[in-house]
Amino acid sequence: MSQRGELLQKVQQYDFMLYELQLYLNSHPWCKSALETYKKYKKMSDDAKKQYTEKFGALRAEDTNTESSWNWIDSPWPWEREAN
Amino acid sequence: MWVYEKKLQFPVNIKNPDPKLAKVIISQLGGPDGELAASMRYMHQRYVMKQGKIKGMLTDIATEELAHLEMISAILYQLTCNLTPEEIKASGFDTYFVDHTTGIYPQAASGMPFTATYFQSKGDPITDLTEDLAAEQKARTTYDNILRLTNDPDVREPIKFLRQREIVHFQRFGEMLRTVQDDLDAKNFYCCNPSFDKNCGGKNKRPRNPYMR
Repeated sequence: MSQRGELLQKVQQYDFMLYELQLYLNSHPWCKSALETYKKYKKMSDDAKKQYTEKFGALRAEDTNTESSWNWIDSPWPWEREAN
Repeated sequence: MWVYEKKLQFPVNIKNPDPKLAKVIISQLGGPDGELAASMRYMHQRYVMKQGKIKGMLTDIATEELAHLEMISAILYQLTCNLTPEEIKASGFDTYFVDHTTGIYPQAASGMPFTATYFQSKGDPITDLTEDLAAEQKARTTYDNILRLTNDPDVREPIKFLRQREIVHFQRFGEMLRTVQDDLDAKNFYCCNPSFDKNCGGKNKRPRNPYMR
């Protein structure tokens, strides 16, 4: 797998973990261990996304590098095989 | 994928409930030129677009339309807070109330429920973008008509904001239509479909539609 693919997979895994915990915490807002795990994965997700964005471009429009041109519109887009 | 932000794009803070007005504004939720149809139209059209800027534009505007759906829902919610049965009957809101109480349900002012027949995804960029231009104008006219029906500034301000967004989107879609055409044979934009026919558009701009050769 390409370096981009590997890094993207990490972001997808950490974000899925965060999202699962989000649903769980919605119904268990005082659960100490879930809160701790959330904190741990939030840091992992932030780091992985920062690394991905610097190397391969923005995951969200607002993180687009504005040094030269607006490369948010660059292909591939997520539904294309090249992006996966 | 998508992420939710816990804010409206533009504030909605309506002091005076008005169920009669809610009955007409609901058309911008689930009516023929409403925000749900707008979002779903762009969301589904984007996949077969050829240029990154068009994929991006449709993605971003489809997303913004979801934020507009939320603003319209907030307006409807606030216009129908704390109603008495007498107010519901007197305002004519009873025909909606009987099916939905004060829940938010996507339908036209006429009562017609939302349907995907309000939009197309034709798989042809010129065709789809031309629909998108018309859709923005139709929504703008609907907002014009809503503004004719209320003097309440609490309602008018967010509606005026939404109306302006229709005009901006129309402008951006016009540019996208030109972007598609720039990539095609200027003598005949319609001789092939860049989303389907091989070698249609791009550098050589030569037509490849078998029916037009």
